[in-house]
Amino acid sequence: MDFLLVLVVLAAVAVVVAWPLYRAARPSPGGPPEVEALEAAKDSKLQEIRETELDYRTGKLSEEDWRAQDARLRSEAADLLRELDRAKAKEG
Amino acid sequence: MAILGRACLIIALGLALYGAGASIYGARARKQAWVESGRRAVYAMFGVVAIAFVILIAAFIRSDFSFGVVVDHSSTTTPLFYRATAAWSSQEGSLLLWVFLLSAWSSLILFVLARKGKLREVAPYATAVLCGLGGFFLFCSIFLANPFGTLANPPLEGAGLNPLLRYPSMMIHPPALYSGYTLFTVPFAFGIGALVSGRLDASWITSTRRFALAAWFFLGLGILLGARWSYSELGWGGYWAWDPVENASLMPWLVGTAFLHSAMIQEKRGMLKVWNVSLVLAAGVLAVLGTFLVRSGILDSIHAFGASTLGVPFIVLIAVMALGSIGLVIWRRASLRSEHRLDSLFSREAIFLLNNLVLVGLCFVVFWGTFFPLISEAITGDKAAVGPPWFDRYTVPLALILVLLSGIGPVIAWRRATVSKLARYLAIPLAVGIAVPLLCLALGVGHHLEALLMFGIGAFSLTVVAQEFVRGAGARRAMTGDAPPAALLALVRRNRRRYGGYVVHAGMAVLFIGVAASSTFHNQRDARLSPGQTTKVGGYDVRYVKPTFSVADDHRNTGAIISLGAVLDVSKNGKHVTTLNPSRGYYPDLSQGPVSRFYQGESTSEVGLQAGLRRDLWTAIEPDTTQIDRLAAEADRKFPNATPQLSLFIAGTLAAGYARKPPPATFRVIDSPLVTWIWLGGLIVVAGALIALWPAGLRARRRAPAGYGARVARELGRA
Repeated sequence: MDFLLVLVVLAAVAVVVAWPLYRAARPSPGGPPEVEALEAAKDSKLQEIRETELDYRTGKLSEEDWRAQDARLRSEAADLLRELDRAKAKEG
Repeated sequence: MAILGRACLIIALGLALYGAGASIYGARARKQAWVESGRRAVYAMFGVVAIAFVILIAAFIRSDFSFGVVVDHSSTTTPLFYRATAAWSSQEGSLLLWVFLLSAWSSLILFVLARKGKLREVAPYATAVLCGLGGFFLFCSIFLANPFGTLANPPLEGAGLNPLLRYPSMMIHPPALYSGYTLFTVPFAFGIGALVSGRLDASWITSTRRFALAAWFFLGLGILLGARWSYSELGWGGYWAWDPVENASLMPWLVGTAFLHSAMIQEKRGMLKVWNVSLVLAAGVLAVLGTFLVRSGILDSIHAFGASTLGVPFIVLIAVMALGSIGLVIWRRASLRSEHRLDSLFSREAIFLLNNLVLVGLCFVVFWGTFFPLISEAITGDKAAVGPPWFDRYTVPLALILVLLSGIGPVIAWRRATVSKLARYLAIPLAVGIAVPLLCLALGVGHHLEALLMFGIGAFSLTVVAQEFVRGAGARRAMTGDAPPAALLALVRRNRRRYGGYVVHAGMAVLFIGVAASSTFHNQRDARLSPGQTTKVGGYDVRYVKPTFSVADDHRNTGAIISLGAVLDVSKNGKHVTTLNPSRGYYPDLSQGPVSRFYQGESTSEVGLQAGLRRDLWTAIEPDTTQIDRLAAEADRKFPNATPQLSLFIAGTLAAGYARKPPPATFRVIDSPLVTWIWLGGLIVVAGALIALWPAGLRARRRAPAGYGARVARELGRA
């Protein structure tokens, strides 16, 4: 009985592991690493803009400091979006 | 079924080796099918290890004494819950639990990343590392500590589970700790993957951050449960003893805490890349080191290490992990340069950096204190012990700084804080932080500088967190016009990581206040009392009213057949406060005579505890069983072939005799303030971590054709 069960487990494992080697290749989701890195950087930048605004609204930053930081962060975010578009266009 | 279990382990080892090879080959040759096959090997490894794990648990539940490990760690008299969880009280079972959890978390992260198509260049190398770690533990399980070893002549009864472990949270404690350890190997593996593949931007940190947080959460939970068990079950009245086993779990937790803070700096600013990857790698190595400390026998003595079968393989693994990590960081040092510099010392980045230094300093102190006895034994032959006073000398000041920083961090802005705003923001917390120790002094709490400082700094930190919530909700209200509760909820929902973190800070402040108060102001008395006699502790009169006993009345369901205890009346200034019932449970030892077996086995303390927000009254009893032991030995001689029923009857009669004519018993009585704050603080930390862990809703990702400035505004509006 145990021997039979071992054979069943072995067969199941072999099918699971070998399946990708025998079926036709599928396109995998997601973009190339450059796009992924830029997406992550963009998300972080947007989060930073939100957090800076929250810091201002909760009284940790003066309006002057916040406006200066916000403008710089938005410009950096726009640069990232531009780079992202370029990377995506390059990928086709 | 043992054959199937053993075969599953061998198949899993084969899968680990194949998974590592296929993943590396797929990554190097850029053949996606092989990478996918390697990933599926991890899923399959999880499947077959799960089968092996279920077989072992079932053997424990069925009391299948053909399994050697079941004979050594369970018995038919062990209650069902403890039989089901006894597997990980053994070396063999705990290694299997490790590899089961490792394969489960590995499968989860690889599945999530593959579905999203993320980290495609890093994941194959991370898969290989995870397979390598799984393979190591499977190798140990198969060749050095096999849980499926069988006996040719199974006995009718087993040794039973160690009575000290028959405590509900103690059975959850190992899976929680091991979940923490194994979860820390996930960011470790992806850190290695990022270094090997050269993909060193923040995306690997972003993708594995939740796993690092989950590791921190589970490890913290395991540490808290262990402390609670120590307080409630071990009969010494403390919750932390700087024991190497405790320290082993604290070290990766401290480094993990540092990483969770500094990772934010890399995500936001592209800074501290070397530091972050080093912290992740250190946490992974320390997680394996923690397992090694507990499982190798090295804690008992450097010589026990040599006798242990696991010692040398673990040392080799840790050396490979540590040296490999260092080598990779040096190799990639050029790509790990910071993208920005620190804008100002008045910034959250600077505070996080300081907090990191303190946390790593704490870890170093714990590391040195844990290993010093072993180093001294190796060099001099004598084991020089480093006790709690040594640890306290270094950890108390560092803990004070840490709690202070946890209060300053939330109020200081990223990049560059406005100094005048910061001063105004800190005014109320500072006032509270100064007022609280002064109030304590006025109330006559006592002149203990370190404790008073901790009360002040803790109050400062708590006020900061409260102020953060009030101001945040106020800002939200001003923008949306929501009612206060709705504004607060929306604020936390939109900023889970930030406000979850603040809740964690509040919990840690409460916990540290509890630790400072209970360790500084506790009163302890050990007294030998006869019924009617009284002892005094911390202004309380504790009177030994009468002895108690129970036979075959295992209301705590731990398997203790006989229990001897006491009724203690506690009063203050003549007014009754509470009644406590400490007792000691006796577990039979079948190798002893038919009657004395009921008293000669292991025994555990069941404490009598009156817990409250202000103070705990903790009591334990050590009954004097000299008379019982003498009479039981006599009964063994008179009735060598007594039936189990007759043996139990005689043992019960002896217990009744003890209660009728009780000898003096030894009591430990402790009056300790704010212990409950430790558990309460721990629960707040757990709640905060869960808030931070909770997944955010999916963001709409439509493509906006407008100009980049407008797109930034639009993306911000969506998120």
